[in-house]
Amino acid sequence: MVKKLTIGIHILAWIIAAIWIIPFLGVFMAATRPYSEINKGWWNFQPFSLTLEGFFKAQNYLSSISLSRSIINSFIVVVPATFIPIFVASLAAYSFARFKFPTRDLLFLVIVLLQTIPQQAVIVPLFNIARNLHLLNTYISLILVHTAFGLPWIILFLRNFFSTLPVEIEEAAIIDGASHWKVFYKIVLPLSLPALASVIALQFVWVWNDFFFALTLIQAPEMRLSTQVIATMATDRFFLDWNMVSAASFLVMIVPIAIYAALQRYYVRGLVAGAVKG
Amino acid sequence: MVVFVLFPIVNTIYLSFVQNDGSFGLANYQKVISSSDFINYGRAITAGPPYGAFIHNMIWIMLHLPMSVIFGLLLAVLLRDVKGGTIIKSIVFLAMIIPMVVGGVLLRFVYNGDAGVVNEFLRLIGLGEMARDWLAYANTCLLGLIMGTVWIWTGFSMIVYSAGLQGIPVDLYEAAEIDGASRWRTFWRITVPQLRSATIVVVTMTLLWVLKVFDLVFIEFGGPGGSASVMAFQMYLDAFYAFNFGTASVWATLLTVMTFGIAAYMVKRMSEA
Repeated sequence: MVKKLTIGIHILAWIIAAIWIIPFLGVFMAATRPYSEINKGWWNFQPFSLTLEGFFKAQNYLSSISLSRSIINSFIVVVPATFIPIFVASLAAYSFARFKFPTRDLLFLVIVLLQTIPQQAVIVPLFNIARNLHLLNTYISLILVHTAFGLPWIILFLRNFFSTLPVEIEEAAIIDGASHWKVFYKIVLPLSLPALASVIALQFVWVWNDFFFALTLIQAPEMRLSTQVIATMATDRFFLDWNMVSAASFLVMIVPIAIYAALQRYYVRGLVAGAVKG
Repeated sequence: MVVFVLFPIVNTIYLSFVQNDGSFGLANYQKVISSSDFINYGRAITAGPPYGAFIHNMIWIMLHLPMSVIFGLLLAVLLRDVKGGTIIKSIVFLAMIIPMVVGGVLLRFVYNGDAGVVNEFLRLIGLGEMARDWLAYANTCLLGLIMGTVWIWTGFSMIVYSAGLQGIPVDLYEAAEIDGASRWRTFWRITVPQLRSATIVVVTMTLLWVLKVFDLVFIEFGGPGGSASVMAFQMYLDAFYAFNFGTASVWATLLTVMTFGIAAYMVKRMSEA
């Protein structure tokens, strides 16, 4: 009886897994097989042939920008929008953790506020500011916006981690004549690698996946980011070439999936640690 | 922070009172709230969508929230005891990792009439006459997208509940076993109450995401005849297609007020817990 139940639970568990894996499998199949084979269902394996044609079609689908260029553009935004806030936040978080400031509650409130407000609630004024400063259609505007939205939760996250590090090591180093700055990057930062990994994973994926800020602040067709190019492909016409659009989707989603695969533990830990970011 | 968040919010609220001709007042609110894009007044429920963006948001919450909580909890409990459970969890969580616009493309693909796996499944279980391109019809587009967000976001509630489960002291279960409590009773009397704070997090975050849903709706461009439009999407249309920053700001302000209500509730519950 108990054994039957256990087997039943295992079967149920793998059925659930199938519900989540099959759509991904479908995209992978559609991306690597010719349209004529998949337009009546990729689960038919007669005939079965492999092709990279979809990737080439996707690459040159839009005349204003190639897919690879848009992916490079995404990197141009994501890398600074990940590391600038982490650099600034780690300094701020360290001083919040070690030198007494009544900031914890305030920071927490700001973070709740930040994850609460819809992007739509800030976009019109941000759009106007960017236009007045001639920053529309520049990646700087996007990097600045993502930095501003990333800073508070990264500060709180790192502050909480720094406060768990034993102060004694740092005090010993100070007595030995090390400066606060040296203590920070020789002792605190190396000890904080797990926390930094969490923050990098979350912020990178968050910025890479963003669509709304890119859509509104980058309107020049030849400057679009990869998420915008996907959206253009999907809304361009009603009938989609699944081979082409799957190939493009595959390339754009493989980047955050790779980050997740490499830093999975840290990603999940970071997300759960306060469920601060979505 | 002040430049990128505080000022913009205040400015948006201010702009919502300014009409295109520069006059100040409630006319924008009147215009938005009385429009059929907000609530499609007089539309019978049986007539099907579009019911208006506000109603669509509410339907989205009412359908998505219970499913996401129940599935997340079920998966967390189920996969705790299953061999390979960690792998399955990673797979389920994968949908959370991909860009939402790619999620939108993926949904289009699975719901497609001929090439979509959903319809193939219906044909397999003998419901072939139901097969159709679900997102291409006003009657089913909204429902299809809602099931899509359940698919995408269940990974989150599952992960939060899994972490919550790890925090439950083992002796509680041992005591229950000694007392001869059934599995069912243990689940309702120990597991569920112990997961209270996880539930608060799941409910709040899910509510906030569902209210702000945009990317999926953009990929369908509001659905046939606006049948899947939501407030965030209407805001975008007003701001960047009609270039009416006044009414766009009304949509944004209404959305902000709703999300702040939810956040205030969460902060209150969190400080109680």
